[in-house]
Amino acid sequence: MAEADAMNAAGAVEPRDVPSGETVLRLSDIELGFGGVKAINKVSFEVRKGEILAIIGPNGAGKSSMLNVINGFYKPQLGSITFKGETMRAMQPHHAAKNGIARTFQNIALFKGMSTLDNLMTGRMLKMKRNAFWQALYWGPAQREELVHREAVERIIDFLEIQAIRRTPVGRLPYGLQKRVELGRALAMEPDILLLDEPMAGMNVEEKEDMCRFVLEVNQEFGTTIVLIEHDMGVVMDISDRVVVLDHGVKIADGTPDQVRADQRVIDAYLGVSH
Amino acid sequence: MIYREAGQFKTSYAADQGIFPIRLDRMGMVALLLIAYLAIPAVANHYWLVSILVPFLVFSMAAIGLNILTGYAGQLSLGTGGFMACGAFAAYKLATAFPDLHIIIVLLLSGTITAAVGVLFGLPSLRIKGFYLAVATLAAQFFLIWMFNKFGWFNNYSPSGVISAPPMHLFGDIYITGPQSSPLVKYLFLLTFVAIMALAAKNLTRCKIGRSWMAIRDMDIAAEIIGIRPLWAKLSAFAVSSFYIGIAGATWAFIYTGSVEALAFDINRSFQVLFMIIIGGLGSILGSFLGAGFIVLLPIFLNNAPGLVGWHIPVDMLAHLEFMIFGALIIFFLIVEPHGLARLWTVAKEKLRLWPFPH
Amino acid sequence: MFFSWPFFFEVLIGGLLAGVMYSLVALGFVLIFKASGVFNFAQGAMVLFAALTLVGFINMGMPTAVAILITMAVMVALAYSIERVVLRPLVNQPPIILFMATIGITFFIDGFGQTLWGSDVYVLDIGIPTTPLFFGDILVNSFDLVAAAVAGLLVVVLAIFFQKTRVGRALRAVADDHQAAMSVGIPLRVIWVIVWSVAGLVALVAGIMWGSKLGVQFSLVLIALKALPVLILGGFTSIPGAIIGGLMIGAGEKLAEVFIGPFLAGAIEDWFAYMLALVVLLFRPQGLFGEKIIERV
Repeated sequence: MAEADAMNAAGAVEPRDVPSGETVLRLSDIELGFGGVKAINKVSFEVRKGEILAIIGPNGAGKSSMLNVINGFYKPQLGSITFKGETMRAMQPHHAAKNGIARTFQNIALFKGMSTLDNLMTGRMLKMKRNAFWQALYWGPAQREELVHREAVERIIDFLEIQAIRRTPVGRLPYGLQKRVELGRALAMEPDILLLDEPMAGMNVEEKEDMCRFVLEVNQEFGTTIVLIEHDMGVVMDISDRVVVLDHGVKIADGTPDQVRADQRVIDAYLGVSH
Repeated sequence: MIYREAGQFKTSYAADQGIFPIRLDRMGMVALLLIAYLAIPAVANHYWLVSILVPFLVFSMAAIGLNILTGYAGQLSLGTGGFMACGAFAAYKLATAFPDLHIIIVLLLSGTITAAVGVLFGLPSLRIKGFYLAVATLAAQFFLIWMFNKFGWFNNYSPSGVISAPPMHLFGDIYITGPQSSPLVKYLFLLTFVAIMALAAKNLTRCKIGRSWMAIRDMDIAAEIIGIRPLWAKLSAFAVSSFYIGIAGATWAFIYTGSVEALAFDINRSFQVLFMIIIGGLGSILGSFLGAGFIVLLPIFLNNAPGLVGWHIPVDMLAHLEFMIFGALIIFFLIVEPHGLARLWTVAKEKLRLWPFPH
Repeated sequence: MFFSWPFFFEVLIGGLLAGVMYSLVALGFVLIFKASGVFNFAQGAMVLFAALTLVGFINMGMPTAVAILITMAVMVALAYSIERVVLRPLVNQPPIILFMATIGITFFIDGFGQTLWGSDVYVLDIGIPTTPLFFGDILVNSFDLVAAAVAGLLVVVLAIFFQKTRVGRALRAVADDHQAAMSVGIPLRVIWVIVWSVAGLVALVAGIMWGSKLGVQFSLVLIALKALPVLILGGFTSIPGAIIGGLMIGAGEKLAEVFIGPFLAGAIEDWFAYMLALVVLLFRPQGLFGEKIIERV
């Protein structure tokens, strides 16, 4: 695909030097509570390179909290995280970003006062090196740096088909487009792992189809590992390689879509059988 | 000629990233500079230079500084007066301790010292937000003014507490401060200096550092998860902002008034600059100039307008009316256009670009 | 000798009683913040405006009681206008915009009050005794005791109003959750007018006390600024917090002024309260009595 080649040329893709299926991220016995409430209770699972992993579960199951633990916004009280061979008690947001974890949010967390272009450029933040002095001059190295990143960002804009809203402040965009811009901002970070928190919530069928296409293309063409939370079971079963099911902060199933679909505890959790 | 961008094609991202991507804007800027450098010196009299243009430029600098902190980085500060005083007294100590230092060096150094003080008082912003931070900056305001007022070392033990700028050369035997300096020299120097500083500010705000400020302002959690360090983003905003405000304070003391006491930078000065950026436009360098111009001109207008139509309002009554009008304008702008005059200007341009077709 | 225990207690008690006066102003802030989430910077200006209006009517020859009643009506009218002109158009704006709008209100009211009533220093005497009283070696001004009693009474009245009346319950519901309150049929606008009116009446009480003590003058606005660090210490939503914060600030700054001030060239009252608040914020960002905030994404 031409777009993929262009992304490759810009170095947007980590070369697939590790064979697919190797564990890149492992969460072990994670426990997280707020006051007396246990949001996550001894949950362990792993994320394998190049896969699409879906985390599903009823409301309040601890799905978003799990993502917050992965990228360091919440610090678990117990358990450990192993990422790229390094084991730690908790992730730091900055460390996560630097090591290639990007995410989108359930309730869109875009920079509303900035244009689409600036939002995506902000995603390139960690890749920019020039200091404030050169930036104040906007000349020489700083200008060249801006232009290099602008090119990379323009490729993402083309990929997501959002050329027309390049200069629009994102606060004025409709919901579906905001979700798309947020995906773009995460892609601008050229992540190894992309965490998507309900990327299709509140979308109509057409927008959902577009979003599915983007997610699959990102995964297949660029080899990005994807962890997503989604409520639409049709979407989950269609696009994910593996599914982790949480209920009340506990993991109740973990496997391929077919295995999970057949699991009695999953069926009970979704149909509300009392345990 | 009509305001249009149709037909102006850009063939590189460099051209598209320019400050004024539209040709007519570039021409307007050149025209503005020509007026500022040639027409105004030719026609402006002493009163205009001393009482309007010079304070306008000084206030513009302060407003740019506060706008970086409040408009771009979203950290509300009520300590502008304190930081201006810091710049003024730093410049005074530098100029009297090292009489050979050039005025530009003195200004830049006093800005740097103020930046350090600003970072110190910005430290609480790492843990507190919004109006909590506003109260914290009040501590800076009251503490700094008290300090400059109470300790003789800062004013070289002058009995009145007033500091006066020593006569300093700009180049050759042209004075920029002191009794021999001419208003025109002051105006042209400030114009150049402020224009360069404004350009630098504009560049910062459209680069990486500016985007990190806006990201922190708009959604600090998301910014952190993208890899922006809130510590670095907030403190750099405090540093750059205080740098500008400090230089504004130094130029106020040295070039605008020539001599000043700490109380000239009391809390009302902080509010005055805050009003400039609200009316001019939060998060806009152009707005800083518009707001400064508006707030400098409004009292002059209020003082003269009633007389022109034959009303005679007592002076103290005018002062109270000024308060009321300022208050009402602030509320008006916040309701009608929180982005101030600068946004009205942009909207007008967007309309004009499409005129006469509505879409 | 510079330090003696009776002198220390005298300063402490004087400071605590002065702190009560700060609490009076802070109470108004808390009321409005609780019910509408607006940080009302104009509370200090409302104090000055109430005092100026009262003095104005008294100087026109009205009996004090009548003047107080009319001033109360004026404060209610002011609350209504603020709701109509400022709050209603700004509904759903970020809190910081509303905060800046109240700075605008501050300037408007300051200018308006002085345009109406002039900017002289007025004496306000509604008959509170100012005789010095001695408890053992300790000197206490009877005025300060009256002020403390008034503040105590005010808190009791407010507590009854909030806990026992229908309007009070509605106010607490609004404070908890605007949308939920609206969905059960509580008229938000009416509630806002009521709460700003109550804050206006609290401002009147504060204005009477401050005005009697220092004269009614423009500098009352600056004193009202001291209520801000009080709020930081006490938390924005806690009425007992406002009282305790006021006492701490009052006592702290008087003690600091008397016992530390001489070593620091004096007048540290100017900034002590703010610095104290700043230090507290560094260690407890939510204030002494506020709840820890859990951020969600």
